[in-house]
Amino acid sequence: MTTKAKAAIIGPGNIGTDLLMKCQRSDFIEATWMVGIEDSAGIQRARTLGLQTTTEGVDGLVAGFSADPVDFVFDATSAYVHAENSRKVTALGATMIDLTPAAIGPFCIPPVNLQELLDRGPTQNVNMVTCGGQATIPMVAAVSRVQSVRYAEIVATVASKSVGMGTRDNIDEFTRTTSSAIEKIGGADEGKAIIVINPAEPPLVMRDTIHCLTKEVPNETDIRASIAAMVTEVQRYVPGYRLKNAPIIDGHRVTISVEVEGLGDFLPKYAGNLDIMTAAGLRTAEMMAQRRQSSRSSL
Amino acid sequence: MNFEGRHITLHDMCLRDGMHPKQHQITVDEMVDIAGALDAAGVPLIEVTHGDGLGGASVNYGFPAASDEAYLRAVVERVEHSAISALLLPGIGTVDHLRMAANCGVKTIRVATHCTEANVSRQHINLSRDLGLDTVGFLMMAHMVSEDALVEQALLMESYGANCIYCTDSAGYMLPQDVTDRIALLKKRLKSDTEVGFHGHHNLAMGVANSLAAIAAGANRIDGSAAGLGAGAGNTPLEAMAAVLERMGAVTGIDIFKLADAAEDHVLPIMDEPVRLSRDALVLGYAGAYSSFLLFAKRAQDKYGVPSHEILLEMARRKTVGGQEDLIEEIAIEMAAQTR
Repeated sequence: MTTKAKAAIIGPGNIGTDLLMKCQRSDFIEATWMVGIEDSAGIQRARTLGLQTTTEGVDGLVAGFSADPVDFVFDATSAYVHAENSRKVTALGATMIDLTPAAIGPFCIPPVNLQELLDRGPTQNVNMVTCGGQATIPMVAAVSRVQSVRYAEIVATVASKSVGMGTRDNIDEFTRTTSSAIEKIGGADEGKAIIVINPAEPPLVMRDTIHCLTKEVPNETDIRASIAAMVTEVQRYVPGYRLKNAPIIDGHRVTISVEVEGLGDFLPKYAGNLDIMTAAGLRTAEMMAQRRQSSRSSL
Repeated sequence: MNFEGRHITLHDMCLRDGMHPKQHQITVDEMVDIAGALDAAGVPLIEVTHGDGLGGASVNYGFPAASDEAYLRAVVERVEHSAISALLLPGIGTVDHLRMAANCGVKTIRVATHCTEANVSRQHINLSRDLGLDTVGFLMMAHMVSEDALVEQALLMESYGANCIYCTDSAGYMLPQDVTDRIALLKKRLKSDTEVGFHGHHNLAMGVANSLAAIAAGANRIDGSAAGLGAGAGNTPLEAMAAVLERMGAVTGIDIFKLADAAEDHVLPIMDEPVRLSRDALVLGYAGAYSSFLLFAKRAQDKYGVPSHEILLEMARRKTVGGQEDLIEEIAIEMAAQTR
């Protein structure tokens, strides 16, 4: 009885292609457009899979939209071009799921605040923060929902091969956007984000350390239970999300470390940092689509 | 070797790299006092920041006794002749920190990346150059790649606007031939007016020897630290370096005796324990691990009962890079669980 919501993907690179592969398994989202700026391998692959493609960028999507409309547009390009993409796409009435660190729309970390975003009503643009944010903010929130966190800091260590030029050209965007989301979504009074890039071969699986400084003495039992519950939530869309330690509790410091292994759809498994972005983006679209469907059927 | 008439810029590290053995607790007053002594000795360039550079204040690396801004303003105010530099590691610090440092009167910005990751430095090098600052690309852990791979990364930094490129031996692992090969190729492939520098650690007691090899191969900026105060077994001892260079005929503009006084009377008294070639430091240099891991490994030893040098060896085995301090506690816990 359900018809899948349609989606376009802007950016046929590694992220866009991985997202496409995840969409193909989705019960709620069907990718119907792949948008690029040249006849790349990613565009060709999408065409082979039967998607509409354009090499005219977002304008190509706009031109073909009335004949072949979509409900969602995933932007897997860069923060530099996202603003224009978003303006053009939202004018058509589609919802933009922003995988760049542009952060025009509200931040979305699915297990933490997606429900709240859905309850707020239709959204034109949601921002998926950063890979480091998706991997760590659920843990910050897991602590801050137990007791006040005065300061939270995350260190994301990622394989060099998993860091694309978009991130490299503007690594400060990563730092700023993640720090801001640690505060706004993670619930810490102050946030800080650090990214370390390691070129070792074979490439290392994404690893994150989350340090929370609590205001009161940490309630170890409640914090552990909250973390375990949150890990389970993240595992619903990223099965390779694993807690690596107890966590460590030392005075007012709670230190959690996690490892994020991807599904290996198109991206290699070590690139859990990219997988968690595409998985979180798709999960957001799926939840929105489900909500729209249920609100339609209840009318 | 004869360096007759060669002009060499010696760059002091004790107020930045020296923050590591001090757990970033050098006070503003101590910094001002030491900077004054270095200035009086004619040290042309002094680096000041958190040990991990601008924005390094963190749970992961340690919170400093004062903010970067407080240190920089106080030291810039104090010195008469010396210029002040600041280090910035993209991924830790941002262009906002860079602007702040420039506003404080910093004249040199050193943008540091792991030796294979230079392309994360574009925005910071661009900005530093646009602000008219002396802009250095600082390629860390340079022992982990060949000279050819290092040069490719150096060319990127040069293309972004760096007017000086450093070969940085963060682990104190290199031997003189390693330095010669890297510096010679940098000199050959970079523009003729791009300066080349070398930053050593004394973990195998090669600081001075390696720096001499660098100069012989064409480097003209050399990092050292008064009394050697720096991570691991410390940096190249600056006063020894200056004395050796003077005997070899090079021009540094430094008064050896005044520098020795600065080291002895101003830097040595602030040391928590002597910076020396300890077993841990030896392992850093022998196995090739990032020098500032040392104290983290010691603290993990105290907490988890695992030998610090074993932790450092494991960090080297896992091919860790600068900034991965957070892995040390995890490794210590794993090792402790295995021995139980």
